[in-house]
Amino acid sequence: MEIKEIQEEIIDEFSMFDDWMQRYEYMIELGKSLPLIKEEFKTDNNIIKGCQSKVWVHAELEDNKLVFTADSDAIITKGIIAILIRAFSNQKPQDILDADTQFIDEIGLKEHLSPTRANGLVSMIKQLKLYAVAYQTQIEE
Amino acid sequence: MLDIKKIRADFPILKREVNGKPLVYLDNAATSQTPQQVIDAIVDYYQNYNANIHRGVHTLSQEATDKYEQARIKIQKHFNAAKSYEIIYTSGTTHSINLVANGFSELIKKGDEVLVSAMEHHSNIVPWQMLCERTGAVLKVIPMNQDGELRMDAYNELLNDKTKLVFCNHISNALGTINPIEEIIEKAHKVGAAVLIDGAQAAPHLVADVQALDVDFYTCSAHKICGPTGVGMLYGKEEWLNQLPPYQGGGEMIAEVTFEKTTYADLPHKFEAGTPNICGGIAFGAALDYMNGIGFNEIAKYEHELLDYATQELLKIDGLKIYGTAKNKTSVISFNIEGIHPYDMGSILDKLGIAVRTGHHCAQPIMDFFKIPGTVRASFAFYNTREEVDVLIAGVLKAKSMLL
Repeated sequence: MEIKEIQEEIIDEFSMFDDWMQRYEYMIELGKSLPLIKEEFKTDNNIIKGCQSKVWVHAELEDNKLVFTADSDAIITKGIIAILIRAFSNQKPQDILDADTQFIDEIGLKEHLSPTRANGLVSMIKQLKLYAVAYQTQIEE
Repeated sequence: MLDIKKIRADFPILKREVNGKPLVYLDNAATSQTPQQVIDAIVDYYQNYNANIHRGVHTLSQEATDKYEQARIKIQKHFNAAKSYEIIYTSGTTHSINLVANGFSELIKKGDEVLVSAMEHHSNIVPWQMLCERTGAVLKVIPMNQDGELRMDAYNELLNDKTKLVFCNHISNALGTINPIEEIIEKAHKVGAAVLIDGAQAAPHLVADVQALDVDFYTCSAHKICGPTGVGMLYGKEEWLNQLPPYQGGGEMIAEVTFEKTTYADLPHKFEAGTPNICGGIAFGAALDYMNGIGFNEIAKYEHELLDYATQELLKIDGLKIYGTAKNKTSVISFNIEGIHPYDMGSILDKLGIAVRTGHHCAQPIMDFFKIPGTVRASFAFYNTREEVDVLIAGVLKAKSMLL
């Protein structure tokens, strides 16, 4: 599935909830279901700066597609990174670079997070895109 | 007995809703709310006598100067300083500490020792570390035990004739511990060391008598005592303040300026460079009037009841651990539930309209000591109620059911 389609799917899912408690519950469920990163990749190098809770993200290239794994010590943060990974994992680096992140605004995620978490969200998106830049360069070489 | 309903009516903000729920404000250790009486003092200043102070010959300037200096006298009387010029207006506790730490650069030399307690927030650690880097002095830490009480046996061993300064908070922001500052001061003086007590967390709950304590420096911030942000005070004994060099140059701190040499103004103006927070200083006085009108004995008694009730109810929650179980503590409860990150708990509580602080509370060494990333901190003021404690408990249970 293309990134845009996955994003539409996420927007649809979030639109089913009436209030923010339900959305939080959903994010928590997503966090709980996040595939854990391998312990060996939970290194200081893989920690995303700007998050008040710890977030580790690892990227690997498989068949020219970028596969992300992640973890966090906070479950809501884990839910946030789970949403991002769902949208961007198993995609070609160039597609990740070209993708916009408007869906984050459409599901109202940013405005319902505390400023520290919203900053963390921006850092997470930035980090995923940086991985895409790095691997795209590798493919082109 | 406090009339809480009447008191709450003084605080307009307590009527608002957050995320569709009535606000339950339990982040008082970070900043307290502001009563109408203080808001009125702020409005009165800007509406009626907003002017720069001390040198203006016109009426507004004179009125503003009078009110500003009257507020200084209120602060002096509140803390029982011997002289009004021993009260220096600052922007708050952090500024006060930096002022002293900066001044000691010229009074401390390589090899001297300075002692800091293990339960300080960063504002009472970093300026002293910077002082040590500048001078070659050595920073030593007074350890604490698992209850969050200072180990006075270790303190006794650390003190020696090289000790030049001791700094400690009166009450810990992260743990609520009330430190035995009388003993700390007395013992430090026996080896000739000066003592700075950070009173930021104590000022909302009790009145420190700086003469009875014989403390050398004492600090606080107005915004934790129902006053505005951006203003606070440094109390310093006259002989110490005379020894410290000015912190910043310009404005009211000069006596005479020529390009060859500048002489400095007398206390307190020596330390009050530039146009100060005039309105803030006046409102600081109004805040002390308000709190003294309620009475600190009554405040302390009531807050202690809230603390006991909240502690008892929180401890009924399975897996909940309180950090900071000192025998002598104030109305701060730092806690975690096993398996739940404090940020998650804080986020859910916020959705329920409950304002608590989460994280390391700018006191990372304490979190390192307990090997935790942070805590959820509920801190109570005299305008909080038992019903609000109940809302907190229900919120914590709801968050727990969602997060585990």
